[in-house]
Amino acid sequence: MAIECLVLGAGQEVGKSCVVVTINGKRIMFDCGMHMGYDDHRRYPDFSLISKSRDFDHSLDCVIITHFHLDHVGALPYFTEVCGYNGPIYMTYPTKALAPLMLEDFRKVLVDRRGEEEQFTSLHISQCMEKVIAVDLKQTVQVDDDLQIRAYYAGHVLGAAMFYAKVGDSAMVYTGDYNMTPDRHLGAAQIDRLELDLLITESTYATTIRDSKYAREREFLKAVHECVAGGGKVLIPTFALGRAQELCILLDDYWERMNLKVPIYFSAGLTIQANLYYKILISWTSQKVKETYATRNAFDFKHVHNFDRSLINAPGPCVLFATPGMISGGFSLEVFKQWAPCEMNLITLPGYCVAGTVGHKLMSGKPTKINLDKDTQIDVRCQIHQLSFSPHTDSKGIMDLTKFLSPRNVILVHGEKPKMVSLKERIQTELRIPCYLPANCDAVHIPSTIYVKAHASNTFIRSCLNPNFRFLKRSKEDNSDQVLRNTNPTAPLQVNDERVAEGILIMEKGKKARVVHQDDLLLMLRQKKHDVQFAYCCAAQLDNLEETRNRDDALGLSDKCSSLQLLFKELSNYFSGVNIQDLGEHLQVESFHVSVCLKDNCPYRIIDNSQREAVTVYFCCSWSAADEKLAWEIISAMERFNLIDNLPCRNSISSTN
Amino acid sequence: MEEGEQTYDFAVNNCLDMRKRQKILKSLICAQPWYKTPNNLHLWDPSSIDLVLISSTMGMLALPFLTQTKGFSAKIYATEATTRLGQLMMEDLVLMHNEFHHFFGSDSGSPQWMSWEELELLSPALRQVALGKDGTELGGWMPLYRSADVEDCVKKVQTLKYAEEAWYNGTLLIKAFSSGLEIGSCNWTINSPKRNIACISSSKFCSVNAMEFDYHALRGNDLILYSDFSSEGVLTNDEHDNNFSASTTYNSSTPSADNDDLILKECLLRNDESLEEREKLAFICSCVVDSVKAGGSVIIPLNQLGIVLQLLEQIPVYLESSAMKVPIYVISSVAAELLAFTNIIPEWLCKERQEKLFSGEPLFSHSELMKGEKLYVFPDVHSPDLLTNWQEPCIVFSPHWSLRLGPVVHLLLRWREDENSLLVLEDGLDTDMALLPFKPMAMKVLQCSFLSGIRLQKTQPLLEMLRPKEVLFPEDLREQIKFSGSHSFSVFYYAENETLGVPRSKDSVDLEIASNLATQFSWRKLDHDDVDITRLEGQLFIDHGKHQVLSGNKVSEMASRKKPLLHWGVPDVEKLLTVLSKMGVKGSVERCMSDAESGSDEIVHIHEPSKALIEVRATRTVISARDEQLASLIFEAIGNLTGGI
Repeated sequence: MAIECLVLGAGQEVGKSCVVVTINGKRIMFDCGMHMGYDDHRRYPDFSLISKSRDFDHSLDCVIITHFHLDHVGALPYFTEVCGYNGPIYMTYPTKALAPLMLEDFRKVLVDRRGEEEQFTSLHISQCMEKVIAVDLKQTVQVDDDLQIRAYYAGHVLGAAMFYAKVGDSAMVYTGDYNMTPDRHLGAAQIDRLELDLLITESTYATTIRDSKYAREREFLKAVHECVAGGGKVLIPTFALGRAQELCILLDDYWERMNLKVPIYFSAGLTIQANLYYKILISWTSQKVKETYATRNAFDFKHVHNFDRSLINAPGPCVLFATPGMISGGFSLEVFKQWAPCEMNLITLPGYCVAGTVGHKLMSGKPTKINLDKDTQIDVRCQIHQLSFSPHTDSKGIMDLTKFLSPRNVILVHGEKPKMVSLKERIQTELRIPCYLPANCDAVHIPSTIYVKAHASNTFIRSCLNPNFRFLKRSKEDNSDQVLRNTNPTAPLQVNDERVAEGILIMEKGKKARVVHQDDLLLMLRQKKHDVQFAYCCAAQLDNLEETRNRDDALGLSDKCSSLQLLFKELSNYFSGVNIQDLGEHLQVESFHVSVCLKDNCPYRIIDNSQREAVTVYFCCSWSAADEKLAWEIISAMERFNLIDNLPCRNSISSTN
Repeated sequence: MEEGEQTYDFAVNNCLDMRKRQKILKSLICAQPWYKTPNNLHLWDPSSIDLVLISSTMGMLALPFLTQTKGFSAKIYATEATTRLGQLMMEDLVLMHNEFHHFFGSDSGSPQWMSWEELELLSPALRQVALGKDGTELGGWMPLYRSADVEDCVKKVQTLKYAEEAWYNGTLLIKAFSSGLEIGSCNWTINSPKRNIACISSSKFCSVNAMEFDYHALRGNDLILYSDFSSEGVLTNDEHDNNFSASTTYNSSTPSADNDDLILKECLLRNDESLEEREKLAFICSCVVDSVKAGGSVIIPLNQLGIVLQLLEQIPVYLESSAMKVPIYVISSVAAELLAFTNIIPEWLCKERQEKLFSGEPLFSHSELMKGEKLYVFPDVHSPDLLTNWQEPCIVFSPHWSLRLGPVVHLLLRWREDENSLLVLEDGLDTDMALLPFKPMAMKVLQCSFLSGIRLQKTQPLLEMLRPKEVLFPEDLREQIKFSGSHSFSVFYYAENETLGVPRSKDSVDLEIASNLATQFSWRKLDHDDVDITRLEGQLFIDHGKHQVLSGNKVSEMASRKKPLLHWGVPDVEKLLTVLSKMGVKGSVERCMSDAESGSDEIVHIHEPSKALIEVRATRTVISARDEQLASLIFEAIGNLTGGI
């Protein structure tokens, strides 16, 4: 099985976000957006790539919408009501509440103002929304027996979420749009440390690093305050939802603090009604705003009133929120015509305006005149303030999130290609994670994680949890370092507890695989364990034996011990790093045992050494197959040894001690 | 590991001072209230509790008693909504209690009524309240926690959303699912590698404000701990007549999805419950309207938030339809915040309420009623705003249902002699005792019971549908429900203060093996049947309840090692010689009887290609050779003649 990621929109561009991911056989569509820059078929994602027969119910397991912006949800009514998708659709509670307002607003702009043929009707919108299942943050939704999804706070707009999806052993996250720093009305994106095969992240600001949003908020407030203090009027063109409430929270709070009495108006298109949604959904905002619910809900704006057309030319300063955001028509354009010619007034512009709109014209350079059509020309003398706080993460945020999640693969969407290329380089070189930036209609294939499933016996699990101590000698350099030795008087042993899982995997026809301890296997087979061991009685040369005997003034036992100790010393020098244990009667390395052999006729004394000239000591060795390699190394070494009882050396050791 | 599941009963007692029997009123109201937790909770070692799961706000009120105990360090889980509402209720209780001190002063140390001289004077009924049935429960009474204890307690609670995954210790997966009882109330599932458990507390199929009872999420667990005690001692005639025939009807031997649907439709989701509840509310509303029409006031000290919210919406409708203009007051220190809170939690409410969000209306109408000056909210009876606004007749919602604390005491004393006034009480309270200090009363009392759990006749169909292997059922309900014979699960009965051991269900653990390890397996066939075995070596990781063997540091070593490490059976020496000779190794056998115990030793002397020796015993074979390759060959030959891995 593998993961296939088919990008239908927002591939190397911003607009009509739509990614279809097939993960262990389950197919999920993330976002179903619309491109605001096109009027033709390019406006929608090419859904035919999902299913040639356009049988979407069977080719998709669910649709997930991350937030209510049109480039993420705009094509949904078209997809469900016109293309006929009837399967489950998931979005957060705020998205489900606010998306229909956005869609309806957009539909009206298309039909009423541009006079276009409508792509979907109001009825389509409400029928589409009825199919939507609302989810809470962190709520683990079982879409079916295998597919699990979960929303995490994304901080982009109210209700924006990143979505986690898991099928079997494979898992992924689709971020949608997100913001890694909190602002005045929303918190920062928040996600658990998840084990992921794939992260699909937006990359709007792939190369930009931005300073704090608070500074830009202050600039905005200063500009507005200066304007109204000078008796001017402020026009704030916005969409009905999101930015309007965010700016309004700023202004309402500022008005309160500065004790300003200048009226703030909402134009009819916006209606204060929209604020009601924000009031109910206040728990999805930042901690500070959230806490206001008990005393006075922060979206219960004190200084905001409904606007009346007759107020356009009323004397005195005011602030007006009006739709649409890019001054592409409607009420904001109507007011713009009246207010633009006066120097005292101020127009704020959103961060992004589609080409062709008045907003776009105002953004590009400082025009003094704007031609609306052949006959209408407007003198622009007012001040213009561009709002530059966009609720997207910057490149640092993208890198931080990617590093935090450490997915096995990263796919970048929702950005501009040159910037995405440089971000991709960073992810691959700095984080060493493979990164892709597919174009629209391209598919990326990556492997998915699969585990072999088995039952494990309790004995096996217990044996895995047993401590497995290894005593490693400090290396020689450590010992020679006198300073270190004095300051660190610990034993020259390092204790390691590297637990190893050792067991036996059993596959039986028609049964689930089992992992057992070897004792379990013998029980199962009703067999007794049969040890197969190796043994060898090894001859070693021992010089100065006489001297040793004299000094120790002992026979048999002490002789035995001292030759074993000599061997111990020699082996320890030779195999530094290997932990050789001196257990008195014998030495032990793993399963390798060696003891002095006093038998005259040891059966394991395979090679006849009687011709040897020097005095020989026999060491009887035994080991099991696991340590075969080591055992032969030790035996070869022992045969080469010339064990010399080095008296001065011994003294020197005791004197240093 | 121990899983401590504690539900807290809560009792208020302050009605014990009977020094002057003739002055019942004064003594019952003026006695310093102490409080009680579940019996014998104080005998528990708090440090032995690992985990506390809170299912509802009512199940949280005694939590500070536990969290302030020395040595308590358990992890506490509760839903966000339960925690918030529970905190408000506890704060309210503390404030009411402090107000009591303010009015009546406080005894130092334990209250006077707890001294033996005073207890001797009590009526038998009161004495039983104070001492318990067998006279041992006097030690269970405790003074109330302070506001700081509440704050500290709430800080220790880890709050969850419905269906949020919480990992306890990396091994237990804990999730809360809506129980439909109250806003935020929940049932729990605990998934461990060995067993999956669902804990069902009081749940409601016909939730009114709270999110619907999510029983689907409880399906497929191994064990169900059934702890809905709401039906204890409640057995209506109706239920007697039916004799739970419902439960037997649907017991087909093979559970199927169709059968589940049938159970659901015909039994569990029958809307008779919600119909009944609606009728009860309608009746209360009409009684309320009757009282105010007659010029009397109404006091409603109900405890269930869901019922209060419904009445707050319905009473104004009834008033309007009978053209009455009577103010409704909600008097409680936390009322304003509580009502504001209910309007910002669509995620915790039922479908109908959520629809209000989607159509842009407030979730509850009380905010509109307040704007329309039909509903007033005051923190207490002597707040200046209340005094300027006060009008009678009026309708008042205020705590406390025990009638011993809070604004209700003052208002009852004011209206008790008015025969047109009305007190709405919840059933299950000892009314005589509760009203004792206010007697004689001319005021009308309406006592009503609301459904607060699963009806007994629905218990078995529900359990059938959830398909557990085992059910732990309260001993106290054993007499009231006879599980019909054909049920698919085994039932264990548990009782208070007794530890019940449940047999182990799974003897094995599910293990996941990394695929890069799996590619290195070298399989061996066992000769007798279709069994393949291989050695598995890696590092075991236990995380998120999963046991995973991933490749450790020693993988390369393992890959190079193909030799069996474990042998079984005894190699036949003659066969060994044959095998060896095929390998070009020649030798001869020597038999020697060494010990009587170990049986015969057989020794094979190898002459070619070089000298070696093989000792074959019953449990051990020793290969002795100087030549590494020869030793290896012999080892291989033995491996062919014994089982090995």
